[in-house]
Amino acid sequence: MSAQTIVSLPDQSTAKMPKRHYINNEHGLLSWLLTGDHKRIAILYLISITFFFFIGGAFAALIRLELLTPQSDLVAADTYNKFFTMHGIVMIFLFLVPSVPATLGNFLIPIMLGAKDLAFPKINLLSWYLYLAGGTLTLTALVLGGVDTGWTFTTPLSTHYLNTHVLTTGMAIFIAGFSSIFTGLNFIVTIHRMRAPGMTWFRMPLFVWSHYAASLLMVLGTPVLAIAIVLVALERVFGIGVFDPTKGGDPLLFQHLFWFYSHPAVYIMILPGMGVISEVISTFSRKRVFGYSAVAFSSVAIALFGFFVWEHHMFIMGVSNYSALVFSLLTMLVAVPSAIKVFNWSFTLQKGSITFETPMLYAFAFIGLFTIGGLTGVFLGALGMDIHLTETYFIVAHFHYVMVGGMLMAFLAGVHFWWPKMTGRMYPESLSKLSAVTSFIGFNLTFMPQFILGYLGMPRRYAAYPQEYQVLNVLSTAGATVLGVGFLLPLLYLGWSLKYGAIAGNNPWQATGLEWQIQSPPLTENFVETPIMDHEAYDYEWLANKTKHEVTTVG
Amino acid sequence: MGISPVLWQFLTKWLHSSALFPAEASSISPWVDALYFFLLLMTLFGTLLVGTLITVFTVRYRRERSPEATQIEGSTLMEATWTIIPLAVFLLVFVWGALLYFRIYNPPTNAMNIYVVGKQWMWKAEHPGGQHEINALHVPTGQPVQLTMISQDVFHSFAIPDFRVKREVIPGRYSTVWFEATQVGTYHIFCTQYCGTQHSGMIGEITVLTPEDYQKWLHESTSGMSLAQNGERLFASMGCNQCHSGNAAARGPNLAGVYGSKLTLNDGSQVLVNDAYLRDAILNPSQHVTAGFAPIMPTYQGQISEDGLIDLVEYIKGLQTNYRVQQTLVTSTSDQAAPPTPPVGTTTPEMVKP
Repeated sequence: MSAQTIVSLPDQSTAKMPKRHYINNEHGLLSWLLTGDHKRIAILYLISITFFFFIGGAFAALIRLELLTPQSDLVAADTYNKFFTMHGIVMIFLFLVPSVPATLGNFLIPIMLGAKDLAFPKINLLSWYLYLAGGTLTLTALVLGGVDTGWTFTTPLSTHYLNTHVLTTGMAIFIAGFSSIFTGLNFIVTIHRMRAPGMTWFRMPLFVWSHYAASLLMVLGTPVLAIAIVLVALERVFGIGVFDPTKGGDPLLFQHLFWFYSHPAVYIMILPGMGVISEVISTFSRKRVFGYSAVAFSSVAIALFGFFVWEHHMFIMGVSNYSALVFSLLTMLVAVPSAIKVFNWSFTLQKGSITFETPMLYAFAFIGLFTIGGLTGVFLGALGMDIHLTETYFIVAHFHYVMVGGMLMAFLAGVHFWWPKMTGRMYPESLSKLSAVTSFIGFNLTFMPQFILGYLGMPRRYAAYPQEYQVLNVLSTAGATVLGVGFLLPLLYLGWSLKYGAIAGNNPWQATGLEWQIQSPPLTENFVETPIMDHEAYDYEWLANKTKHEVTTVG
Repeated sequence: MGISPVLWQFLTKWLHSSALFPAEASSISPWVDALYFFLLLMTLFGTLLVGTLITVFTVRYRRERSPEATQIEGSTLMEATWTIIPLAVFLLVFVWGALLYFRIYNPPTNAMNIYVVGKQWMWKAEHPGGQHEINALHVPTGQPVQLTMISQDVFHSFAIPDFRVKREVIPGRYSTVWFEATQVGTYHIFCTQYCGTQHSGMIGEITVLTPEDYQKWLHESTSGMSLAQNGERLFASMGCNQCHSGNAAARGPNLAGVYGSKLTLNDGSQVLVNDAYLRDAILNPSQHVTAGFAPIMPTYQGQISEDGLIDLVEYIKGLQTNYRVQQTLVTSTSDQAAPPTPPVGTTTPEMVKP
């Protein structure tokens, strides 16, 4: 073990992959398509969300390409509108919402708790099929000519004024929503009922805590989105007049319903990412997370407050000034648990023994970008400031800092961190460090200019814009190109590593979680015998003792 | 290695024509910018703080220098510090932002009113004097201007970045925004709420003139009929005056002087008569029956355009006496040859002055 790294791999000349593991346990396509194994379902999810990520990314590339010049010259305005609609719908509903929970969460939560599987393996599989159905319907809408509602489906535009494939896309989101509800339900029940002996609530890894909070949001929030979409469909087909003002409906009602889900959805997306960061920071600084219970409770606090801030998306829509006051105050309060987390992660590093493997680099990128994303959110929560900034590129930059700079970096941190566990092989270290640095630089170059554009007043969702905004847009497009390279690299080298990567062994990072104490890739049943949790989470002394003990028995 | 002069010229011109910070062209702009700079400082400080912590810790405690980690459980005192300080800063921002919000959205009483109708994909401005503009708006400096806005179809949003104001323009209800321009010049008007195919084409220019130039512009651009005059004509042609004649025995309530008063409805509730109430009472009369009257007025939903409604509202707003109402009534029913009655009193019993 050198001084710069904690990676300890088995001797490569003698190391072999385990004889039996979840990947080679059964063979044939059907053994995957009908599996109840949470690890296999996680892999199915990983493949499908990666597919949709690159579809969404392709639309992002087209958007940036169009915005290279002030005129709408690459495509016509309504094609551009379809681009950003598809980008938003695919990235949010088909990538970000399921990203960490359905892949890493699915794979790891049962193992971290010492269980054989999730509580409802068949519902877990059903959730993947629903996701796939939602994804297929979205692609159908795309192939048939697309949809141009924006991912927000604003009424009465979506109900009365557009003749694109609104119903197909709405149905896609409706169905994909159930996949999210099932995943959340499965996690909640599993966390309550299937913890191994000794695994108390406060011995659970923070990854599990953050998934618990996100699952509550999925189960309680998603049905409201489903209701809103059904109402849009009914209004569009039968003209029932819930939202249509000429029939006595209230167009603001849709905004309330939509954001009642879609604001908590932001926390559905970011909370699991925060869980990943807690695991990674702890492992690569060899320390228990600073203030375990504060980090755990701040996840729950975010979930709780997250339900009562939706109106901050509507400050300029003529809501009552006094209700705006209440929602602005609550928005300020929800920012506090996020600040707590950032400081707790920073102080986890203090007096640690820090190494800089790829997951750690992604985690650093996460903390930096999430801090900027979070603080720019305070701009938008401040009532008077929001008036000028909302609906401009400032808000676009803000949520990309949180969603891409935060969540996507966390996802990549997690994928690299658990890659050896999922596949049994290491990814190439220097290439992956290069990709982490590339995406960090590319990301800032893409979205930093958009803050300036937003304050200048450039509205979002514009296919054409005034001349004087061009320089910043060119910068942003240049950055997006770099970012694109940063995201394509992992696809290539992770694919390569499946066959050629070094054999990882059980615990390449010397991490403490239960998932690292079993073979990689794990057995279908995860544990040979039910583990007994006799120590706290992130107990590196326990790990050191255990390793010493193992050496003596073997030697 | 030299750079081609043509390319150089192109680059300098390109960079010159680019913008980095919006003009401060309204009285509220400096106030918004002050909060913005405070928030920027907060972000800069927060990011630098976190960045410094991470850099210092990773350098100081990297594995080469710190081979063994020291386990620390946490510290309530430190956690309380970084809970309370951010909370205090955020609360300060909340109060500051709220004060600004009330300032931006509560118009001063001496504001002059201009109507704006948004539709896919254009802005139509209507000045009280009857001047109409499409995708353009002329305003004077030094005079608070309130925009009363409504959409004819979908959600739009009226934004003037150089004034730092913006408000959603909603179908079926009036929304307002106000500003006081300080700098002569032309500035962008954007629709910032996605509204369909030509969303990015729903832009215009606001021209700020000196008060003298503004007067000149008003005279040159008049269409000959003010909004209220249009409204009066509409009032007569729709037959509104048949019931709202102001006579004691009239079937509809007297409208003279009703604007700005508190009205008691037949369900006992009291409402303030403003633009939004008047518009709604024309479209959904059964929801707004004045106490003492029968719910006999038909709905005018779909029969009057938003422009027409604005004319009517503007007419009723300025209606102080029923003299002309009855004059037109007499003209339109001249075959009955009734002797013109003198105008009755302009107040009616159901009206409560605020």
